[in-house]
Amino acid sequence: MRIHFKTSYEHDIRLFPDWWSFFVYATLIVIAVALPWVLDDFFLGEVTNVLIWAIAGLGLMLLTGQTGQVSLGHAAFLALGCYSCIIFMEQGWPFLIAFPAAGILTGVVGTIIAIPAIRLHGIYLAIATIALSILADDIIVLMEPITDGVSGKFAPMITIFGIEIERWTTPDRFYWLVLVVTILCTLAYRNLLRSPLGRAMAAVRDSEVSATAMGVHIARTKAAAFGISCAITGLAGALMGFYAGAFNNETFSIVISITLLMMIVIGGLGSIHGAFFGAVVVAFLPQFLSMTKDLIGGSSVAIPGLETGVFGMILILFILFEPMGIYGRWMKIRVWFELFPFARKDMFKRQKSYLKTERLR
Amino acid sequence: MSNLLEINNATLKFGGVVAVNDLTFSVEEGEVYAIVGPNGAGKSTVFNLISRFYDPYAGSLTFGGHNLLERNADSVADLGIARTFQNIELFDHATVLQNLLVGRHRHRKTNLAQEMLFTPKVRREEKRHREAVEEVIDFLDLQPYRDKMIAGLPYGVRKVVELGRALASGPRLLLLDEPASGLSVEETQDMRWWIDDIRKQMGITVLMVEHDMGLVSGVSDRVLALADGAKLAEGTPQQVQSDPAVIEAYLGAGAA
Repeated sequence: MRIHFKTSYEHDIRLFPDWWSFFVYATLIVIAVALPWVLDDFFLGEVTNVLIWAIAGLGLMLLTGQTGQVSLGHAAFLALGCYSCIIFMEQGWPFLIAFPAAGILTGVVGTIIAIPAIRLHGIYLAIATIALSILADDIIVLMEPITDGVSGKFAPMITIFGIEIERWTTPDRFYWLVLVVTILCTLAYRNLLRSPLGRAMAAVRDSEVSATAMGVHIARTKAAAFGISCAITGLAGALMGFYAGAFNNETFSIVISITLLMMIVIGGLGSIHGAFFGAVVVAFLPQFLSMTKDLIGGSSVAIPGLETGVFGMILILFILFEPMGIYGRWMKIRVWFELFPFARKDMFKRQKSYLKTERLR
Repeated sequence: MSNLLEINNATLKFGGVVAVNDLTFSVEEGEVYAIVGPNGAGKSTVFNLISRFYDPYAGSLTFGGHNLLERNADSVADLGIARTFQNIELFDHATVLQNLLVGRHRHRKTNLAQEMLFTPKVRREEKRHREAVEEVIDFLDLQPYRDKMIAGLPYGVRKVVELGRALASGPRLLLLDEPASGLSVEETQDMRWWIDDIRKQMGITVLMVEHDMGLVSGVSDRVLALADGAKLAEGTPQQVQSDPAVIEAYLGAGAA
């Protein structure tokens, strides 16, 4: 069992609580950087896919896990990020400007859309944001002169300081690019968590009444959460476009929104780890299923809806048996080992929560 | 002494129900002022008026020369008014430390971009907040619970954490909504000492709603008795407790 002796406020503020966890994450990054020399192109592509989903998951996690606002409209923001980045590049902007610009544009649009939406709570917000997902499809078709409608667009070659990056010809460079974006997004998220705005978001999630009484501006905090969440999602969307190579109005359907939400629930709401765990499940599940099918010799049989069926079943099992998601399970296993042999079975049993004052909404 | 909080002719109606009826009272700087009354007398509603969760139907609310009615609920805290809630409104999925740090939110001086990059200024501010919070933790003996999640804490500790969160904001006026409800005899005794110290050491004015008359007469300078949203009696704890109108409201006519 590790005990942290805190001798200064820095102990609580810094990114890693001790040298051990610094070492663990440093090793993880070293392995991640070295991955292209170890894996073949197919699996490297799959890992890239995981990272892109993880970025999108971080975006939604900030909104849903941290601020408690459910959104089923994030496919629309993925689309906006993707289309704006590629259209900017078609106008001749270099990637290093077009990519952040796409993120900022998506964030600004997200904030503007949030201003009416944050008056809604819970299920009503989810329904309102579903509309966004459905609208996005139609808007892309209607704006055909810019978006090329149903025929879709092709992602151009990325050039950074003369280095050419393309998903198929240079999968290793594309992977590193995605890795850098992932690390930067994770850092920004982590920084938010340890500063006043991140705590204000958690406050809004847990009790709007007392957050208000403590001086937190609810609407502004929610709008900020929407903005940052959409910006990160926009970046993920742009990377998804480059990853897919070609996309049209149907690439970012409502199914993507639902998958994204399921992903963070399975991963574990409210934690950075959860976004990554969930991304691993979402990105590897189709491969895993087709491989198992090959293994049992059923590769020639097409089973419609197998993926969504299995995915739905996993979600139901998690909600029933591990509402904290994979991250929750991970924490329990860790604590069990750290305290061995003193861990008790009901250590994580939630206390009944007490009556809340009538909500002053 | 000057009046810190003044409430003049405040009236609040929910449909046909008059929750607060033409209520006038003022709280002096540095005193402990208690509001008592039977259930449904409008005590918590008065708090919600001061917190600006409700708009009064008529009347005025002034705090330290500022018109409270010109402010939104979230900018009341900026004036230095902090409160607790009757049924505990903590942030359940956060640690005690994080809860107290939210109390510091009104002192936030950094913006979104600085916080995402975690600039040296944010780091400096964080240390300042943590210093202030650590003093509150010391004061309320919350050290054993610093990094515990609220969701796992017993009721009595939550009550203290909520008081701590209000104190962490460095208020001029502290609104305590039933600080001793649900507490054991020992915990109530602790609460009494804390309220005493809050007033004497920290110089914070306290306005509280409380049913425990032992606590009320022990700590408060003045007491206001409410019934049906209107003032019944005001004065020292002894005066109010022996007031025939108060006894009638609690025990019914004939008991006096």
